[in-house]
Amino acid sequence: MSRRYTPRTLVLELVMIAVALVIGFPVYVLVNLAVRSTSDRSSPIAPTTTPTMDNFTEAWAQGHLGGALINSVVVTAGSVLIVLAVSSLAAYPLARVTARWSRGLFLLIMLGLVLPFQLAALPLYQTMRDLGLLGTAWSLILFYSGLQVPFTTFLYIGFLRALPRDFEDAAFIDGCTPLRAFWHVVLPMLKPITVTALVLNAVAVWNDFFTPLLYLSGSAQQTMPVAIAGFVGQYITDWNLIFAALVISIVPILIVYFSLQRSIINGFSGGLRG
Amino acid sequence: MAPVAEGRSPPVTTTENEQPSAIERPLPPAEEVVFASRRSRTAPPWWFAAPALLLFAFVVLVPSVRGVYYAFTDWDGLDPDFSFIGLANFVEMPDDPAARQAIWHTILIAVAITIIQNGVGLLLALGVNSAIKSRNVLRVFLFAPAVVTPIVTAYLWRNLLGPDGAVNSLLGAVGLASWQQDWLGDPQLALWSVVGVIVWQFAGYSMVIFLAGLQSVPREIYEAADMDGAGSVRRFWSVIRPLLAPAFTVNLMLSIIGGIKLFDQVFALTGGGPGHATDTLSTLIFKDAFTLGEFGYSIALAVVLTFIVSVASTGQYLVLSRNERAAS
Repeated sequence: MSRRYTPRTLVLELVMIAVALVIGFPVYVLVNLAVRSTSDRSSPIAPTTTPTMDNFTEAWAQGHLGGALINSVVVTAGSVLIVLAVSSLAAYPLARVTARWSRGLFLLIMLGLVLPFQLAALPLYQTMRDLGLLGTAWSLILFYSGLQVPFTTFLYIGFLRALPRDFEDAAFIDGCTPLRAFWHVVLPMLKPITVTALVLNAVAVWNDFFTPLLYLSGSAQQTMPVAIAGFVGQYITDWNLIFAALVISIVPILIVYFSLQRSIINGFSGGLRG
Repeated sequence: MAPVAEGRSPPVTTTENEQPSAIERPLPPAEEVVFASRRSRTAPPWWFAAPALLLFAFVVLVPSVRGVYYAFTDWDGLDPDFSFIGLANFVEMPDDPAARQAIWHTILIAVAITIIQNGVGLLLALGVNSAIKSRNVLRVFLFAPAVVTPIVTAYLWRNLLGPDGAVNSLLGAVGLASWQQDWLGDPQLALWSVVGVIVWQFAGYSMVIFLAGLQSVPREIYEAADMDGAGSVRRFWSVIRPLLAPAFTVNLMLSIIGGIKLFDQVFALTGGGPGHATDTLSTLIFKDAFTLGEFGYSIALAVVLTFIVSVASTGQYLVLSRNERAAS
């Protein structure tokens, strides 16, 4: 819009800040109640007069949140690494080759964008059980590596099609094998879309609840969302303790978000291509 | 390509980077001929796609096909003996009030989220895209809820929306005690509370996508509209809105499909209750399979869900790609 600061801009500024305060209100209550002892029965919106850290230490110990945090890191890092590797590699022929098999494979993979996971969840649950993978982080890494293929490949193909072939052609003339051309020439050019794919996949995997609820239920290996759900179920009346656990689960995400906010926001809007 | 990762302010949107303009990159016809003759020698082989295909087949394709088969059986999930019962699972659905309600809620939530979340997101984007001084801080702040785990924000809201929760306390404190409600316990209200929580979390996501679209609108277009004397509403409607078509496509796709598949927030906020007042297809599928042991019926519901997702995404793809062509 116009870049001059007029009285109307000031009004807009105040309105936007008011909206932000309303949107931020739950965060205030979250922290306010997390630092409050259970015996304090005053209104949830009144500032806590004698803040305590006891809820955090107890939630950390009772909820096995440290182990859950490590599991979430392992599952997210493993899945995202695998899915980026296989999807970028698959996108290369699918974007460049116009033969019939290439179009067929493309459509097959794109089918995965439409199929809701709920359809595959129960039969896959049975397969995982038969393979003895239920309750392990491996089942989740394997699962996300396949589940995220269609979307990630779709991102890579769209990006690759807009890239000129000149560099690859030059590499081939210099005697590169396709694999070397991919590694040394194509992959470096894919960096912007890789950041997008990395951000979107990492957030999706880290935050997923349904799958680990299915595949890890009853096991000691939990990811953060499942550990939190279990914790809420166990301490359902003690909301101060629950809020401390929620804060613990949010803090690592927000640290990463605020330190990498530009890449993350650009990653999310990077899916915006006609 | 401009690096997204280390882009300096103002933030670079990928839209700008990926359309090499015809002026910058003239392509003489001679070069095209050389391309064509090289193409056969330089084709990357099909087996590059093999690892991705194997994973995709194992996790999605094969189980989905098996899922469709189970939808025609009475399998309970454990017993190796089950029989093929034809369409019985589907015939049963119209007589099952829980299934009828879940289908209705699923559609209602998807439509409501799509309209409200994108409406709020667009207003936020227009506000943040103005000359206000706090725009960069607000952009980062307003998007923050979208990266937080949905199950966690849902548990937070479950407390806030309780009878003695912070929302009612706040209403009381500002003299609106008559507005106090049992937000999640009232069957008439619970579904809308769920929608509200999702809008709270993801309006910033819609905002960011619209913002990328707005920032790809060239400055000259705004200025030209200013000189023509167009008011801000008219300028938005006839100049900016058509240019936002790609942002609308992405946003509508995300919110419709996200709304149809909704599970986490309902699970944490209400568990589908009170009664079945907030059950969606996803929560009902989960309950039928794991608490009632009706795998066959549950997967039949998943087939219905697949059908709704396919119709919605195909339909909106057709409509929006037509609009986008009309706009460009």
